[in-house]
Amino acid sequence: MPSPYYVSPEQLMKDKADYARKGIARGKSIVALEYADGVCFVAENTSATLHKISEIYDRIAFAGVGKFNEFEQLRIGGIRLVDLKGYQYSREDVTAKGLANAYSQSLGAIFTSEVKPYEIEILVASVGDETDDTELFHILYDGSVSDRQRWVAMGGQSEALGAHLDTNYPKKLMSLKVAVELGHKALVTVEGHEMPAGTLEVAVLDRGRSRRKFRRLFEDEVSQLLS
Amino acid sequence: MTEPSLGDFLRNPVHGPGSSFTEVLKTHAPGEFPRRDLTQQVHAPEGTTVLALRYKDGVIVAGDRRATEGFQIAHRSIEKVFAADDHSAVAIAGAAGPAVEMVRLFQTELEHYEKVEGDRLSLEGKANKLSQMIRANLPAAMQGLVVVPVFAGYDLARKAGRIFKYDVTGGRYEEDDYHATGSGGKDARSSLKKRFRDGMTGEEAVKIAIEALFDAADEDVGTGGPDLMRGIFPNVVSIKESGMSEVDEDTLRRLFEELIAERRDHPNESHTVDVRRAGSEE
Repeated sequence: MPSPYYVSPEQLMKDKADYARKGIARGKSIVALEYADGVCFVAENTSATLHKISEIYDRIAFAGVGKFNEFEQLRIGGIRLVDLKGYQYSREDVTAKGLANAYSQSLGAIFTSEVKPYEIEILVASVGDETDDTELFHILYDGSVSDRQRWVAMGGQSEALGAHLDTNYPKKLMSLKVAVELGHKALVTVEGHEMPAGTLEVAVLDRGRSRRKFRRLFEDEVSQLLS
Repeated sequence: MTEPSLGDFLRNPVHGPGSSFTEVLKTHAPGEFPRRDLTQQVHAPEGTTVLALRYKDGVIVAGDRRATEGFQIAHRSIEKVFAADDHSAVAIAGAAGPAVEMVRLFQTELEHYEKVEGDRLSLEGKANKLSQMIRANLPAAMQGLVVVPVFAGYDLARKAGRIFKYDVTGGRYEEDDYHATGSGGKDARSSLKKRFRDGMTGEEAVKIAIEALFDAADEDVGTGGPDLMRGIFPNVVSIKESGMSEVDEDTLRRLFEELIAERRDHPNESHTVDVRRAGSEE
């Protein structure tokens, strides 16, 4: 019986990570920005129905980049998990931290045990009653989580976007208009082509809303904000 | 039972529970699923009047606040009108426990569908879903835990308010103008029958809704009237294209005071019988 080639764990993980990163790099990017009333998400997305940004629970939103079917599966799994938890206990017991932890565990297990890692990065964001209560959990293909502040950039151009946002993110809290403009500007600068309102997917977690804080901004509203 | 992890929901993305929360609950937390296998007659708080009526811009849904257990008042300020989502409401009649549980499952079901599918169910779809849930409750209903809600909402496709009533087997029937159910339902329906006019304004519709509840409370011991002393008034919501709003307490208090003053001046519905009247001995 021929013995299999020895591959060191370092090499194996590196190959998987390279594979995942390449997949993510092919996709379009997303930025999430804290603004005066919550969190604003801006992404380039020509489809009006296949969303990258969506609602998970009352205060929690989800954003994904990379392979659509993979982050879509995580999104639906997450909705099932939190709806079940909120039904069994209470709506206030559903937290972004708990969900981010569940995503991290699942992605970590998939990365080590499956042949093919997921080619995605996701963001779990939530707003509270105060500006300080905002949480942004950035989760990578291998399950590593980072707790972020002010802004998050994900996808193929995340480094260039990060550099742009680092220099241009204002010290004072932005209005929604300024936040959408900043997100749009960052994407246009980095991608190097025009993005009219119709090609953008924009959504917010607005703490001023009643129970469900998530809201999509439609084309008319986005073009008004950008004008 | 241990709590399911996210992995349990990911393993079977295609043949899993789809966009139904009820299926998620059945698979992953069967203990939480409403019980249908009761073997004995059960007595639970009940007695009610809830109603819905159409008006110019949408529908009004209202319900009294009393829950009874036999001849006792179980609760004075229970809520029987629930927002199912932004554009529809369920008003419950029957056994309070299973009814409230059904509403909670129904609310979660609608929101779950909306989030998973990225699209809302049509009003017709919501009405059918509720019908299935009532049908599933039939075994419990046979043991005395009957739940018969009224479902009403604004149909965004048809641009009109619509009202659905149900029977205990889950049968679903659409009403054109108004409906009332519960122990005082018949009295409320009689009242609405005389007062209902096509194309009423919201204020007019709220007025006849509380008048119908007042008449039901007048005739039915299971229905609570306005409690001016404690400040307990019926729940009244109005649903139109822009969404749902609750009619505030001050408005309700004013309308009830007007109604009572009107009745005091013209007690046209007195049911007092003079026993000394000739022929009353037979």
